[in-house]
Amino acid sequence: MPTITTDAPGTNQLLIGNEAIARGALEAGIGFAAAYPGTPSSEIIGTLAQVAKDMGIYVEWSVNEIVALEAAAGASFAGIRALAAMKQNGVNVACDFLANLVMSGIGRAGLVLVVCDDPSAISSSNEQDTRYVAKWLDIPLVEPGDFQEAKEMTKWLFDLSEELGTICLLRSVTRIAHARGNVKLGELPKITRKAYFDQIQDIRNPMPTKYIPVPSPVRHFFQHARLNRAREKFESAPFNRYVGPPSPDLLIVTCGSCWLYSLDAVRALQLEDRVGILKLGTLWPLPEKVLEENLARARKILFVEEIDPFIEQSVMEFVAGAPFLDRLPVFYGKRSGHVNAYGELNPDMVIKAISNILELTYQPRPLEYTSEAESFRKSHVPERSMTFCPGCPHRATFWAIKNALKLDGRGGFVTGDIGCYSMAIGPAGFLQVRTMHCMGAGVGIANGLGKLDQFGFEQPVLAVVGDSTFYHAAIPALINGIYNRSNFVLVILDNSATAMTGFQPHPGTGMTAMGESTNVVSMEALCQALGARVQVCDPFDLKSATATLLEMMAEDGGPKVVIMRRECELVRSKKEAAPYKVYVDQEKCIGECCGCDRLCTRVFLCPGLIWDRKSGKAKIDDVICAGCGVCADICPRGAIIKEAR
Amino acid sequence: MTTREIPKDPLNLVITGVGGQGNVLISLVVGRALVNAGYFVTIGETYGASQRGGPVMSHVRVSRHTQYSPFIPDGCADIILGMEPAETLRMLSRYGNPNVVTIINPRPIYSIDVTGGQASYPELDELMSAIKRLSAKVWVINATEEAQKMGSAMFANSFLIGALVAVRILPLDNESIEPVLKETFPREIDVNILAFRRGMELVRLG
Repeated sequence: MPTITTDAPGTNQLLIGNEAIARGALEAGIGFAAAYPGTPSSEIIGTLAQVAKDMGIYVEWSVNEIVALEAAAGASFAGIRALAAMKQNGVNVACDFLANLVMSGIGRAGLVLVVCDDPSAISSSNEQDTRYVAKWLDIPLVEPGDFQEAKEMTKWLFDLSEELGTICLLRSVTRIAHARGNVKLGELPKITRKAYFDQIQDIRNPMPTKYIPVPSPVRHFFQHARLNRAREKFESAPFNRYVGPPSPDLLIVTCGSCWLYSLDAVRALQLEDRVGILKLGTLWPLPEKVLEENLARARKILFVEEIDPFIEQSVMEFVAGAPFLDRLPVFYGKRSGHVNAYGELNPDMVIKAISNILELTYQPRPLEYTSEAESFRKSHVPERSMTFCPGCPHRATFWAIKNALKLDGRGGFVTGDIGCYSMAIGPAGFLQVRTMHCMGAGVGIANGLGKLDQFGFEQPVLAVVGDSTFYHAAIPALINGIYNRSNFVLVILDNSATAMTGFQPHPGTGMTAMGESTNVVSMEALCQALGARVQVCDPFDLKSATATLLEMMAEDGGPKVVIMRRECELVRSKKEAAPYKVYVDQEKCIGECCGCDRLCTRVFLCPGLIWDRKSGKAKIDDVICAGCGVCADICPRGAIIKEAR
Repeated sequence: MTTREIPKDPLNLVITGVGGQGNVLISLVVGRALVNAGYFVTIGETYGASQRGGPVMSHVRVSRHTQYSPFIPDGCADIILGMEPAETLRMLSRYGNPNVVTIINPRPIYSIDVTGGQASYPELDELMSAIKRLSAKVWVINATEEAQKMGSAMFANSFLIGALVAVRILPLDNESIEPVLKETFPREIDVNILAFRRGMELVRLG
């Protein structure tokens, strides 16, 4: 496999945006990188971790985003170029430190924060727009418009960060971060690094040491001066450009993946001589001269950007405060309703916006074809909902939870958060999860619910978290519960990997990002030390898992912890063959005549189990079945047979 | 690097199937071979959450001149490579047009909506006739079946790459694909090369 360390400047590689960013960081000579995994950002650190030893750099999966950013800042303070990466939600976790870091400034070496936003929340619980963090906290912000730029910008941003003495932010989105495209490689520097924390302080200078951000208003003033210097750099940066005729009928102002959508749309409509595109790569502070030069080109201006109207609002603000235009153009975008103010965009949506404004019609295929295709889709294409993988331990855990709550009979329920196990909000996990917010939120919410007995609250509360989430976000909430004697059961779904984002190791796995073995932070020892009663179960042993949950729910006197431990099937199956051959005994299965009402296919819903319409009986799909054998234990007739391989 | 003419610029390929089937790998092999040959390639993928049994698609866009966006506009696919029949029809209905060429692995994978009884999976022959109706040409490649004969359903991917090359719309051949297959599947390379060549053969035999 070609890797991002290919030392062949000038050659082309097919890289995802995240790999391009990682390569850019290597070309910039970084020595330190840290992150907590989160789609769509995970491959930046994942890729760097794979090559860390060869490149002589240090890379870690940190326990959460604020620690990742703090650790990267530590490296910068000691003169080592450092990168922290996270998804949009991670910025919330890191923000407390970030706001202070902006005031203190960085060390001798550049510090870049890469944030990958997820428009349409494809793998997220929300679609926050991180660009506002830059405006809010006074941080220079750039966003790449293609894969090559993802690499070039990252490299460029380290120089800028160092020159200005401030952290800089690179924002990317799913369709750059996770899409692939051509990247021409540059030189990999050969450098030796020496880390040293400089403590020299001038006794005549009354200001405290550099990294103590007081007095805050003075530091704030300095940061504005840095932003002004950033703006000067941005005015001549190679990442802002205009394509189109000198005076177009319509000017599109855009950034990021929307630059590619806008180009596609203009080409599809064959409007290259009527529509111009101003692509911005440096987003905050705005490159005002670039805007001044280009906004005067057209009387109609369309803002094409995803999620929030960041450019639209910022440009309008700029235009209002600097009346360089003799007549205001007509602005189109989210405010006018021509572009959605939510979700991700695509070329078709840009085509539609342009067609509306210029009153054009666009028809890529004959109408009869479209109507026939639509009717086939409605009649012949069944829904395909997401589900747990065949053999996933979470399916078994939620089966045990469902049965335990029913047997308990007091209307108990589950509070949750994000991870693979979020799928339990739907049929895949038997609709068990009732709340889903940020990482760890289910445990915090359970803390509150578990203190409502004086108001007549009697329902048992189970808070579920993944193993990686436990270390990231659940520990303070568990301590709170123990301290305040809140009644809930914390169920840790320990599949020994950060599965949702690509099986990254975490503090419980005994493995580092760079593949070295390390200390295991034992979750059971930790919970016991905090004073909680702890039970460890195998979710595939449905009977004992259900009994343990029932027993823990019945107890009062503060939080109890149940650890459901079973390795992620996608990790296990890479190491060894399936444990069982599973089949349905066609004699024993009596299909619709059984009183079970198709428990296996209608309720348990493992994709490896299918219903054979012809025989009217259950059947195993050998291509899909992972051979976990759990379904054999749910069939009331014992018709599903598991044979040890 | 000079590149060969392509029938249309950009050429738009949709690869579709069910999470876990290997969509991303096919797009990666094809994309790398095309970049090695000097083309601009953009690949957009739905994965992440869709690893787990949901519909997945990859959009592969090939140009001699420029980097296109990772989304093929509706109605603008040139080739649809379907690893699962109902998903193939889903993609045809959105990206198809009277000129589209479809390559299809006719092995159904039932969704939990179907097994759970909330949705019904059409009879395969009805599905295939709808696919034929919406395509200019359909190549049916029994990739899963053939791959299982070779020991694992996962080899179906190499079969389908073979078929994709053999329909001769993309500027690819044995010489450009096989080295990339070797990089991508270093451990099971012999059987993957064999599956790839058999996939090509199946198209030649019509």
